[in-house]
Amino acid sequence: MGAPGARLWAVQRITAAFLGLAVVVHLVTIMLAVRGGLSATEILERTRGATLWFGFYAAFALCAGLHGAIGLRNIAGEWLGWRGRRMDGLWLAIGLLTAAFGIRAAWGLYHG
Amino acid sequence: MADLKIRIWRGDATGGAMEDFSVPARENQTILDVVTQIQREQAPDLAYRFACRVGMCGSCAMEVNGRARWTCRTHVKRVAAPGEVVEIRPLANLPVIRDLATDMAPFFDKWAKAQGSFQPKDAPDGSVPAEFSVVPPNSKQRMEADAGIECIGCGVCYASCDIVAWNKDYLGPAAMNRAWTLVNDVRDGGNKARLDAVSGDAGCHSCHSTQSCTERCPKNLDPSSAIAGLKRKLFWDSLLGRR
Repeated sequence: MGAPGARLWAVQRITAAFLGLAVVVHLVTIMLAVRGGLSATEILERTRGATLWFGFYAAFALCAGLHGAIGLRNIAGEWLGWRGRRMDGLWLAIGLLTAAFGIRAAWGLYHG
Repeated sequence: MADLKIRIWRGDATGGAMEDFSVPARENQTILDVVTQIQREQAPDLAYRFACRVGMCGSCAMEVNGRARWTCRTHVKRVAAPGEVVEIRPLANLPVIRDLATDMAPFFDKWAKAQGSFQPKDAPDGSVPAEFSVVPPNSKQRMEADAGIECIGCGVCYASCDIVAWNKDYLGPAAMNRAWTLVNDVRDGGNKARLDAVSGDAGCHSCHSTQSCTERCPKNLDPSSAIAGLKRKLFWDSLLGRR
């Protein structure tokens, strides 16, 4: 795919497919894990060292960051006329920054 | 019979205003009949465009009560209740030349940009190929092409498309519908350039699938599905390394 819009479209669809499943896993896990109340200590006991969950939430955060930024890029292009390579770079930075915050939070639960 | 109340946009590229007219109501009359009546009897300088009057040529499209329509096949009775004012404007999303006549050049330029012309695969030098392509009428590709082939180029879909209004480079439903019919033409060899041309922000990837084009196409074509087909083809071809 030549045009950047085409690649971003594909990324947005693929991340949407992953996020659709991930949100279900996330919610079901919360409902199953709570079972009448969880303290912060209990949560940390379970999440610390759980590599699989860290991987899952890191992927979740990356997909959410990219998906959201691409969507905002499209809205900004259509409604405000903000287009071009520099804007694309800015949106990519915003997407990765959002993802970094999420991954940092997941890392905190895994490692902290 | 009571008269019809008609409001027509008069003006040119620099601006204009609505002008009121009154024409005799008839048992059967189309919007194009009304406009013609006004030009012949009341406003000889009224500019509008038509040719065939029977829904073949696609030149008489206008906005009628806020909606793009082919005026030669639009009966007044179908679009306005008795006594209701009928408002007629030039097609949206296109530059106005004068009154109801728009400049269709941007619309057709985008057909060319979307590589909407047939590129024979077997005979690039224009000679007649030795063998005819056999295209079974019920093959999947032939049926996809058939579904979009009857476009008359009226511009109704283009004037109804929000994305065209938001992005002046967007190719629009008709151009991409045409591209999709050629993508599905097994005799055509121009698909690489064509698929490049219809991808990205100016092409199929900007479509929101809101389907105003499909809803308003007077020929009941489905440009929305054609654009979805382009997205699907580009996605899988790229993923599987076919382009």
